[in-house]
Amino acid sequence: MLLLGISAYYHDSAAALIRDGEILAASQEERFTRIKQDSTFPAQAISSCLVDAGCSLADVDYVVFYEKPFVKFERILESYFANAPRGFNSFRMAVPLWLKEKVFQKDLLLKALGQIAPGGIRPDQLLFSGHHQSHAASAFYPSPFERAAILTMDGVGEWATTSTAVGAGHSVRPLNQISFPHSLGLLYSAFAYHLGFKVNSGEYKLMGLAPYGKPRFASLIREQLIDIKEDGSFRLSQAHFDYTVGLTMTNANFSRLFGMPPRQPEELLTQDHMDLAASIQQVTEECILKITRHLARSTGERNLCLAGGVALNCVANGKVLRDGAFENIWIQPASGDAGGAIGAALAAYHQGCGQPRRLPAGGGDAMKGAYLGPAFSDDEVCARLSATGARFERVDEEKLVALTSEALVAQKAVGWHQGKMEFGPRALGNRSILGDPRSPEMQRTLNLRVKYRESFRPFAPAVLREDVADWFELDYDSPYMLLVADVAGKHQRRMNAADEQLFGIEKLNVPRSTIPAVTHVDYSARVQTVTAECNPRFYKLLKQFKATTGCPVLVNTSFNVRSEPIVCTPEDAFRCFMGADIEVLVVGNCYLAKEKQDMKLAIDYKDTFELD
Amino acid sequence: MVAALNEMFHFLVARKKFWMIPIVFMLIVFGGLFLAVQGSVLAPFIYTLF
Repeated sequence: MLLLGISAYYHDSAAALIRDGEILAASQEERFTRIKQDSTFPAQAISSCLVDAGCSLADVDYVVFYEKPFVKFERILESYFANAPRGFNSFRMAVPLWLKEKVFQKDLLLKALGQIAPGGIRPDQLLFSGHHQSHAASAFYPSPFERAAILTMDGVGEWATTSTAVGAGHSVRPLNQISFPHSLGLLYSAFAYHLGFKVNSGEYKLMGLAPYGKPRFASLIREQLIDIKEDGSFRLSQAHFDYTVGLTMTNANFSRLFGMPPRQPEELLTQDHMDLAASIQQVTEECILKITRHLARSTGERNLCLAGGVALNCVANGKVLRDGAFENIWIQPASGDAGGAIGAALAAYHQGCGQPRRLPAGGGDAMKGAYLGPAFSDDEVCARLSATGARFERVDEEKLVALTSEALVAQKAVGWHQGKMEFGPRALGNRSILGDPRSPEMQRTLNLRVKYRESFRPFAPAVLREDVADWFELDYDSPYMLLVADVAGKHQRRMNAADEQLFGIEKLNVPRSTIPAVTHVDYSARVQTVTAECNPRFYKLLKQFKATTGCPVLVNTSFNVRSEPIVCTPEDAFRCFMGADIEVLVVGNCYLAKEKQDMKLAIDYKDTFELD
Repeated sequence: MVAALNEMFHFLVARKKFWMIPIVFMLIVFGGLFLAVQGSVLAPFIYTLF
């Protein structure tokens, strides 16, 4: 049975193709249209999945949309009427859009699918899964567990913002949910908004900013904004938020409470901003830990599966793991709405069609390393690069790995484009920019000259799985870069008395470990473990780098500049390579050095993409 | 479109949200009217009325 899952029309649209419960392919539309978090119907992503799997739309048994538009419309209308007459401006803008398009989403989807292939699909082949049902399915079915507790947390779907369930075999039994407007995701987004970051995409910046501050507003948040009970259930005080009635996330009461107006994008970050970030991060972690502890106690399960946008908070995830309420945790790598495409199709297959679930052999998960997007053959790469005017050398794998390792040792930034593109927000070694983590300047260089982004933003380490415990306070699989752990004590460099006096971003200049480029100011790192089974070529590169330097770690950041979607094709990679300060590009078996390129092909890349 | 409205009606009945039926009906009728007459000679009169 072949099912196509679709997530679209809100943000981060995506498609996923599932055959008999196996994930064949998945892609986000933004990678093809080059519009960050593109929300339009994922026509190109669907076509890419179908081509990858060697089938057509006519072969698809069911198409499953990742949420229920009528229930969402019900929530929107009820919220407006509950708050009327406040919120009229927002109502005036939202309701016409719904009446024009979204209420008729079934027709819209059928029409759009008809444009992909003549005839499209029949109306009875189009199914709808609940938003949190999709998230829960995306968390449990691809996990390596026969049974597990499931926790999904995000901004909001239809009504649910936080939900718990128990998965066993092919069934998922819902337990509890917290409904809109009480939302941990929206609370976090409100702080991201107040700190001048974009809602739905800037939350990870807030998380990166938090270690520079002190959580001095945490008690105020607990007293005035969120009432968290012992079982982790919570309510938000709506007096400080605007998202139910207005066009912003926070209101004047919120500004008064913290004594600061909303920060404008690109405005200088002050210690107050950092303290606010540290405070909301601490409260979020407390709330999540209360939920997971209660979930472990009430279900008796030993395994936990996480999904939803809040599950991308890898700092909180690391704390959940170390807390020990659950023995094992697994986090869906595409935890945001894009992953809903996978979840919707899996929910329809296992729950709707009652099909049994087969656990992957070997004890791993079923996400195939999240390498689910399009790949390009070597001949295709050569043809595409030649057409762009690139000058390259085609070499065998051994030489390619040796050349790349040499470039990394020489402190060069390397664009690394290999095999199938990753699904989800993280580049995991197939569409990555790599660097030497031992260099104290690498973080600043990559942030300011390569990625054109804020200097405080941390980078993640990719490390050989067998060496992770030697370099980090972690001995657990983290293939999707979704767990944060401290750099191992023996690799840390403690600060002296003068360093301790530094404030905020000044701390960035003090090397914290022998791998400073991937060590955050609180000694933490967002770890990706790499195995030979999951990504053989990336594993070989790490092995080679270790053989030369004794260090089994590389800086791994997504292959893009600020606000640009991660590169998809060899042409995208070449364009980014020429536009940013990347010195070496490796695409498949082709090796490109910047100094050998025709610099007339370079474009002004820095201002091509708007601020996120 | 008619099928979608029919589905919406059954959805609201199934969810026992009877109070929403007239509201949704009014929104769709007048919303549709606004969209239909946008740019037409009728538009100024409708905007005056509502």
